[in-house]
Amino acid sequence: MRIVDLATADQDFIAEVEARSHQNLRTCYQCGNCTAGCPYTFVYDHSVSQVMRLIQLGQREVVLQCKSIWLCASCQSCTTRCPNRIDVAKVMDVCRHMAREQGYATEREVKLFTDAFLRSVERHGRAFELGLMADYVLHSGRVFTDVDLAPKALARRKLAFRPHAIVGRDQIERIFQRFRKGGAHV
Amino acid sequence: MRIGVFICHCGSNIAGTVDVVAVAQAAAKFPEVAYATDTMYACSEPGQEAIVQAVKEHQLDGVVVASCTPRMHEPTFRRTVERAGINRYFFEMANIREHVSWIGKNAERNTVKAIELVRMAVEKLRRNRPLIPKRFDVVKRVLVIGGGVAGIQAALDCADGGQEVVLVEREQSIGGKMAKLDKTFPTIDCSSCVLGPKMVDVGQHPKITLHTLAEIESVSGYVGNFQVTIRKKARFVDWSKCTGCGLCMEKCPSRKAPDPFNEGLCTAPSINIPFPQAIPKKAAINPDTCIMKQKGKCGLCAKICPVKCIDFDQQDELVTVDVGAIVVATGYDLFDWHKYPQYGQGRYPDVITSLQYERLLSASGPTGGHIKRPSDGKEPKTVVFIQCVGSRDRSVDRPYCSGFCCMYTAKQAILTKDHIPDSQSYVFYMDIRSPGKGYDEFTRRAMEEYGAQYVRGRVSMIYPKGDQLVVRGADTLAGTQVEVAADLVVLAVGAEAARGAVTLGEKLRVVPDQYGFFVESHPKLKPVETNTAGVFLAGACQGPKDIPASVGQGSAAAAKVLALLSKDQLESDPQVSRVTPARCVGCGKCVQTCPFGAIKLVEDRFGNPKAEVVETVCQGCGICTVTCPQGAIQLEHFTDNQILAEVNALCPPRIRVNYAS
Amino acid sequence: MSKVAYYPGCSGQSTSLEYDRSTRAVCAAVGLELVDVPDWSCCGSSPAHTVNHVLSAALSARNLDLAHSLGVDVLATPCPSCLTNLRNAAVEMEDEGFRGQVNALLDRPYVGRVDPQSVLQVLVEQVGVDEVARRVTRPLTGLRVACYYGCIMNRPPERMRFDDHENPMAMDRLMEAAGAEVALFPLKVECCGASFGVPRGDIVARLSGKLLDAARGLGVDAIVTACPLCQMNLDLRQGQINAALHEHFRIPVFYYTQLLGLALDVPRSELGLDRLCVDPRLALGKIKAPAPVR
Repeated sequence: MRIVDLATADQDFIAEVEARSHQNLRTCYQCGNCTAGCPYTFVYDHSVSQVMRLIQLGQREVVLQCKSIWLCASCQSCTTRCPNRIDVAKVMDVCRHMAREQGYATEREVKLFTDAFLRSVERHGRAFELGLMADYVLHSGRVFTDVDLAPKALARRKLAFRPHAIVGRDQIERIFQRFRKGGAHV
Repeated sequence: MRIGVFICHCGSNIAGTVDVVAVAQAAAKFPEVAYATDTMYACSEPGQEAIVQAVKEHQLDGVVVASCTPRMHEPTFRRTVERAGINRYFFEMANIREHVSWIGKNAERNTVKAIELVRMAVEKLRRNRPLIPKRFDVVKRVLVIGGGVAGIQAALDCADGGQEVVLVEREQSIGGKMAKLDKTFPTIDCSSCVLGPKMVDVGQHPKITLHTLAEIESVSGYVGNFQVTIRKKARFVDWSKCTGCGLCMEKCPSRKAPDPFNEGLCTAPSINIPFPQAIPKKAAINPDTCIMKQKGKCGLCAKICPVKCIDFDQQDELVTVDVGAIVVATGYDLFDWHKYPQYGQGRYPDVITSLQYERLLSASGPTGGHIKRPSDGKEPKTVVFIQCVGSRDRSVDRPYCSGFCCMYTAKQAILTKDHIPDSQSYVFYMDIRSPGKGYDEFTRRAMEEYGAQYVRGRVSMIYPKGDQLVVRGADTLAGTQVEVAADLVVLAVGAEAARGAVTLGEKLRVVPDQYGFFVESHPKLKPVETNTAGVFLAGACQGPKDIPASVGQGSAAAAKVLALLSKDQLESDPQVSRVTPARCVGCGKCVQTCPFGAIKLVEDRFGNPKAEVVETVCQGCGICTVTCPQGAIQLEHFTDNQILAEVNALCPPRIRVNYAS
Repeated sequence: MSKVAYYPGCSGQSTSLEYDRSTRAVCAAVGLELVDVPDWSCCGSSPAHTVNHVLSAALSARNLDLAHSLGVDVLATPCPSCLTNLRNAAVEMEDEGFRGQVNALLDRPYVGRVDPQSVLQVLVEQVGVDEVARRVTRPLTGLRVACYYGCIMNRPPERMRFDDHENPMAMDRLMEAAGAEVALFPLKVECCGASFGVPRGDIVARLSGKLLDAARGLGVDAIVTACPLCQMNLDLRQGQINAALHEHFRIPVFYYTQLLGLALDVPRSELGLDRLCVDPRLALGKIKAPAPVR
C-alpha cells in the first residue's frame, strides 16, 4: 500500500479545492454518510468519504487520478445527508474539473461521452442524439455501443435524423469560444 | 488614607509580559499610596500573609491587588483585608492578567496599561466607604424540581440532612427516565430494582412533601427567601382517598391513547396508573381522551370506584410555599428522530427508539420482557443499532455528543443476545465514547463475548424489502458501503433539553445555553451552582449525563443546599442601591424599571412619595441609578463619583478640556 | 393563474417527445398556460457542469434570459436535469462575482430573476391537486403504480425547495387524484444510473435493476416517472438490464403526464403511449371502465 507522508500534504491542493467548491473541508469528520448513501460506491476505486479524506491529506495525485470522481453522477445523496452540510457532490465536481484541466481522465469513456455531448451542443445549440452517438463511437472506437437499442428507438421515432437547428446557434458557439479563450479546454 | 498596592506575578502568567516591579514603582507615587510592592502569588498563603503584615507594618487602611479577575479571587482578598482589620470594601482589584498579560505580547505597552489599571483602582479606593452587610433569616426548606433520579437523590440527601423538602414532578409518578429502563450499564443490574427503593423512600420520608402532576407556576424572592407557586394539575381523582387498587383502569372503556410510559408501544386507559411501582401509586384521568371529559357521558370509573374518589369537576390547584433554596433537576428529553427523513419518519413500524427498546426488554413492558417487533410481533433475529441519531450532527442543530448512547447501545446489544441467543446485532457508530469506570471494558464485552458486530460509519438510509428493513450504511474502516437486512432497527436517539426548560429558566433566572441546557456557575469549580444564589442544578438539565453522574450531582447539589441552610441567617450584599430622600421626587420610574421588584414607593413624614430600596431583594444591577432623572439613587460601591474617578484616572480632565476647546 | 414560460429541453424533442407532448396537453387540460421560450438552447445538462460551472451556468443563463424577455417569473421545465442546471445557474448568479464570470461568456448579459421550477411543482402548487382531481373524468381505478422521482428533482433540498427530499409525494398525490392506487415506493429518490447508459451501461443495469426489482416486489402494474433520463434507463434499457442481470422484468414505465392525460381524457394521440418500449397495454387493461352515469 501507499505510505502517506503527512508532512508533505499539498496545502495548495487543499486550498484550491476549498476555494473552488466554497466548502470548508475541515468540517468533515469521516462519518461515512456520503459513502453509505452513494449508489456508485460499487464502481469506485476510492469511496466518497475516502476521497474527502484524501483531499484533507493533500493527496493531489491520488485524488485527481482516481476513477471515482469520473463515476459520480451528482445524484446529491451525499450532499443531502451530510451531517456537516458539506456539498460533497460539488467537491466531487470540482475534483473532476481539476483532473480534466490537468489532463487526467481515468474513465476515458465517460470523458469522451461528455466531450461528444458538448461538441454536439456547440455545433447545433441543442443536443443532437444521433450525431453525438456517432461522434462518441468514432472517438471511443466502441462501435457496438447501444446498437441493440437502435431498432426500438427508431421504431418509436425516438431519434431525430436531423439536428433541430436554432436561430441563435452562433451565440452558443461564441459561449464556447470565449470559454476556451479564458484558457479552458473543452 | 494610607493605601497599600500589591502587584502579583502570578508565576509567569503576569510577570512574563508585564514589568511588575515597574508597575509597583509607579504605583508608589500615586496619591495616598503608602506602600507598593510586587509579590509572586498574592493569593497563596504567604502572599496573603504578606498583605496582612504590610497592613500592620505600614498602618494601611486600604488595599489594591493587581492580579487576576475579581470573579476568581475578590472574595479571597476581601477576607484577607478583613483579617487585617480593614472593612472588606476598602479593597480594590485591578485585573492585569485577563485584561493585560494574557491578551497582549508587548511587554512595554502591557506595563503601561497595567499601571493605568492600578491608577484607576487607587482612585476608586480613595472614594470608597465602609459597607456593612445586613443579616436576614433563612427559610429552612428546599424545593426540588424534577423527580428523576437526580432529583430523587437531591431530595433524599436534603431530607436525611434534616431539611424539609418539597419535590415537584411534572409527570404522574416520580422515577423519570430511569424508571423506564430495563437494565443499567455497566453492571446490568435491574434499573427499577435499584431505583424502586429510593422512590419508596421519597414517598415515605416524613421530611418530603411530594407534588406530582405539578409544575412551577412562578418564583419570586431571593436566596434564603424564595416564594414559589406550584400548579397542581387537575387529575380528576381525589388522591387523599385513592388506594391505587386499579379497578378503574380495568373497566375504563377508553383505551386507545398511546401509553406515554411505554413510549407509545401500546395503549393505556384514560384513567391510569402509569406503572406498578409508581410513586405515588394513584390513578389520574387524562382529560384529552376521557369519554366523560370529552363527551359528558360514561363515568364508569366513578361507578365502580370502591372509595368513590373520582371527581370530574376537579380544578387545577395553586399551592404556595416558602423555601430557602431550589434544586433544579428537570432532566432531558429525547431527540425527535423524525427530523431524519431517511430513517422513514415513522412509516416503518420496526424502526424504534432506544427507549422504546428498553420497554420491549423490560419485564414490566408491553411484551412482558420478550423482544417482539411492533409490526408483526415476531422475534427479531437481526437487530441493527444506529448511534448518534441527533448527536454530533450540525445539520439538525445538535452538534454535541449526548454522552451515554454508546454505553446504552452496548448494553442493549448484550441484552439482545441474552434474550435471543441466535440473534445477531450490528452497531453503526462514529466513535465509541466510553470513558467511565468499567465502561470501555463493557463495550469490549459487547463485541468480544456477545459478538455484536460494530461497524464504523453512519447509516444513510433505511428502506423496507419484504418483511425486513434494508439498512444501508458505511464501514469507513473497510472504506466501503455496507448493507444489512434487519428485522428490527433501534435508533440511539440523543438527549436534548427537557421540554419547557427555557420557560422554567426564565422563572428561576437561570440561563439556558443555546440548546436549552442550564448553565452552571463555573464549568469546573461550581458545577452545580448557578449564577442565581440559592438555585442549584443536578443531573441532565445541565447537559446530557448518565445515571452515576446524575446521582453524583444530586448529592452535590444537596451538599450545597445543606451548607446554605445550616446557617440561621445570611448576609445580604451591601452593594445595593441607596436612595437620597432629599433628591427623590417620587416619580416611580425606578419602581417600574427594577427587574427584581426591589424598590417600592413609601410616604415620608410629610406625606410625599419617596422611593425605598428593599436591600435584601436588590441585586445591585444599577438599572435604577441610570433611570432616575434626579440622580437620587446611587449604587453603593459603584457610585457616580467612584466611577468618574476611575474615568478621570484613565483620561485626565485636562485632555478632555483640550477636546472641548 | 399567471402564465409560465416553458422550456422543453433537448430530450423533449427526441427520446422523450411523448413527455413534452403529454405535458403540454395536461397543462392545457387544467388551464395552465405555457409560453414556449423562443429559440431555446441546451441547458448544458450533466456534461457541462462536470466540465466547468461557469460554462454550465452560461449555457443555462442564455435560456433564463430568453424567459426573462417573456416577462414571466417562473420558467417551467418537465426535465429534472434541465431544472438542476437552470436553477443552479439562477441561484449561483445571485453572487455578483460569479454572475460577472458567466455574463462574460454571453452575448447578452443575464440580469433577470427568473425562477426555474419543474412542471410538476407548478402543477401541484399553482393548479393544485384538488383542482386536478376535480377535472378527472376517466379515473384510473384498478391501476396500481409506484412513483419514482429520480435523484435530483428534490435534492439537495436547500437548492430545490420543493416537496420532501427523502419521501416526495407530489406525483403520488397527482396519481391518487387521477384515481390510481399508489404503492409507497421506498426508492423514490435513488439514482437510476443517470447518463452513464452510453459509456458505462453496467452501472445503469445495476442501479435501474434495483429500482425495477423494488417495484416488482411491490406488485405494481407500472412505474411512473417525471424524468426523461430515468424513463429511458428504466424503459428503453429494460431489455439490456434483463440481459445483464439475467432477469425478466416487464414493467411499463410511464411519464406521470401520460397517465394524468388519460384520466383527464386528453386525446390519446397527444399522449404518445405507443412510444413506450415496454408494452403498456397489459397495465392499461387493469383500468376499470368507469361506472355508467346514473
